[in-house]
Amino acid sequence: MADAVVDYCRIAGLWVRASMAYPASFWMMAVGSFLMTGLDFVGIWVLMSNVDDLGGFSLTEIGFLYGATGLGIAFADLLVGRVERLGQMIRMGRLDTMMTKPVPLLVQVCADEFAPRRFARVLQSGLVFAWAAAYVDWTLPRALVAVEMVASGSVIFFSLFVGLACVQFWTADSTEFANAFTYGGNQVTQFPMSVFPAEVVKALTFVLPIAFVNWYPSLYILGREDPFGLPDWLQLASPVAALLFAAAGALAWRVGVRHYRSTGS
Amino acid sequence: MSLIEVADLRRTFTVRRRVEGERRKQRTEVEAVRDLTFAIDAGEMVGYIGPNGAGKSTTVKMLTGILVPTSGRISVAGVDPSRHRTALARRIGVVFGQRTSLWWDLPLHDSFDLLQKIYRTDPARHRANLAEFVELLDLGSLLDTPVRQLSLGQRMRGDIVAALLHDPEILYLDEPTIGLDVVSKGRLREFLRALNRDRGTTLMLTTHDLQDIEALCDRVIVIDHGTQVYDGTLAGLHEQGGSHRTVVVDLVDEAPPIEVPGAVTRRVEGPRQWLSFPTDASAAPIVAALASSYDVADLSIQEPDIEEVIRELYSRPRSG
Repeated sequence: MADAVVDYCRIAGLWVRASMAYPASFWMMAVGSFLMTGLDFVGIWVLMSNVDDLGGFSLTEIGFLYGATGLGIAFADLLVGRVERLGQMIRMGRLDTMMTKPVPLLVQVCADEFAPRRFARVLQSGLVFAWAAAYVDWTLPRALVAVEMVASGSVIFFSLFVGLACVQFWTADSTEFANAFTYGGNQVTQFPMSVFPAEVVKALTFVLPIAFVNWYPSLYILGREDPFGLPDWLQLASPVAALLFAAAGALAWRVGVRHYRSTGS
Repeated sequence: MSLIEVADLRRTFTVRRRVEGERRKQRTEVEAVRDLTFAIDAGEMVGYIGPNGAGKSTTVKMLTGILVPTSGRISVAGVDPSRHRTALARRIGVVFGQRTSLWWDLPLHDSFDLLQKIYRTDPARHRANLAEFVELLDLGSLLDTPVRQLSLGQRMRGDIVAALLHDPEILYLDEPTIGLDVVSKGRLREFLRALNRDRGTTLMLTTHDLQDIEALCDRVIVIDHGTQVYDGTLAGLHEQGGSHRTVVVDLVDEAPPIEVPGAVTRRVEGPRQWLSFPTDASAAPIVAALASSYDVADLSIQEPDIEEVIRELYSRPRSG
C-alpha cells in the first residue's frame, strides 16, 4: 500500500514536471478551471440574495454544504479523475503496457497524465468552505466530524469514479453515464436535502448513499435537527458509507480487470 | 520444472454478430487459442510464429498475465501470471512491436529514470545497464528527445532498453524488427544474441520474419488457428514443411526453362525465371552453374516466407 502511494507520487510528479514545461498554458488552464467552478457558487449567491433561506438553510450553511461536497469531488477528481479515460487507454493498447509494469494497474491509470491544474478546483471549494466555516460554532467533536466528512466525501467520489469507469471494460465509452453519478452527485449535494421530497432523500441515503458526502455530517456540525426526522446516528455514519462505496468500487475494478479482453494484435 | 509451462491452454472470446433475419445480435464463441501445451527452459531462445490472427499475441498476453485464460494452466517462473501479474512484472520484460510502453510526451531519459524507480532497480545496476544498452543500441544522442519525436526504429530500441533495465529473466518480443531497415535489424539481432549469451536471458519472440528466427532461435513453435502445429528446430520445420528457397534469374534474353542440377524451374515470365531448391542446400553451386551456362543479367535469392511454410505444413498429413 505504501509502495503504491510512493509509485503514484513518482508517476504524478513526472507529469507535474512535464506540465510545468509550459507554465503559461498551466496557469491559463488553472485560472480557467478556478473561474469555471467558482461560477457555480456565484449562482447560489445570487439566488440567496433574493430569498432569506433555502429549505430552511442560510447562505453560510449552504456554503458549508457546497464547500464540503466540492472538496470531496475536487480531491477525487485531482487524484483519480484520469480513470474516466480508461476506455481510451484500452483502445490505444496503453492498458496492456501498463499491465506489464510492477505497479498496481489502478495506480498507473489514475496517475497517468496527472494534471496539477485540477488543484484549482480544490482551492475554489476550499475557499468557500473556509468562508462558511467561519460562521460555524466549533467544538472538538464537530471539528473531528468535519475532517471525517471531507475524507469520507473524497473516498465516496473516488469510488464512484473508479467503479463507474469499470463499465468501460465492457463497453467502449461510458463517460457521460459516469458523469451523471459523479458530477451529478456533486450538484445534488450542493443544496440542502430539505429542498427535495422525502423519497428522494431516502433514496440518496439508503440506495445510493450520496447524502453521506456532506448532508448528514453537516447536520451534526451545524447543530441542526434532521428535517426528515431520520435517526441521529446517520450523522456519524459517513465513514461506513465510504467503506461500502470503496468495497463496491474495488470489487468492480477486480472483476473488470479479470474480464479485460485487450485489443487485437 | 521449466521456466515457462503451458498446459491445455485455451482462450475464447465472445463476439456479437448480426445475423440475417434476427433482430438481436447473436453471441458466438471464437477460440483464439486452444489445447496449447509447451514448456520453455531458462536460457532458451524460442521463435513463436504463425500467420496473422493465429493466436500469437493472445498467448503472449496470457503468459504476461494481461489476459486470463478460459481454461488450462500456465506457470511462468513458478507463478500463475494472471493471479500474480504485478509481482511477475519485475521478472519479465515485454516489448509490443506496435505500441510503446514509454511515456509519449516525455524525453526518453525521464522514462528510463521513472522505470528505475518503479521497478526499484538498484541505482548502480540501473546506471550500468543503461550505459551498456544505450551504447549497444546507439541511443546516446536521443536521450533528451520526447518519445513522440522518435522514428519507429528508434522507439523500438528505446522500448527494448526499457524492457531490460531491471534485468528480467524472460524477454517477450512481439515483432521486434517490424519496420526496421536491414542494418538496424542486424544490429538488433546481434544485441539479442549477446543478451542471451552473456546474461542468460530467456527469449520468446513472435515474428513474421523467418530471418529473425534463423539468426536467433534454436527452436520454433508454430501456431495456426489457435493450435500448435509444430514444435522443434527450424531445420526440422523446413523439412516438414517442404519449404524451398527461390533463385530469381533475369536472363539477358528470353529462353526456354533453365535446366541446372539441384534446382527446379517453377515459372518463366519473359527473360525472368524462378527456380526453387531445398532450404538446406547451398545456393552457391546453383548460382555457379547458372553463370557458366547462361547469360545472366541479374539474380536474387528469396527466402521462404513463413505463411507459405505453414501452408505447406498444414496441407501435409501431420506426423506429430
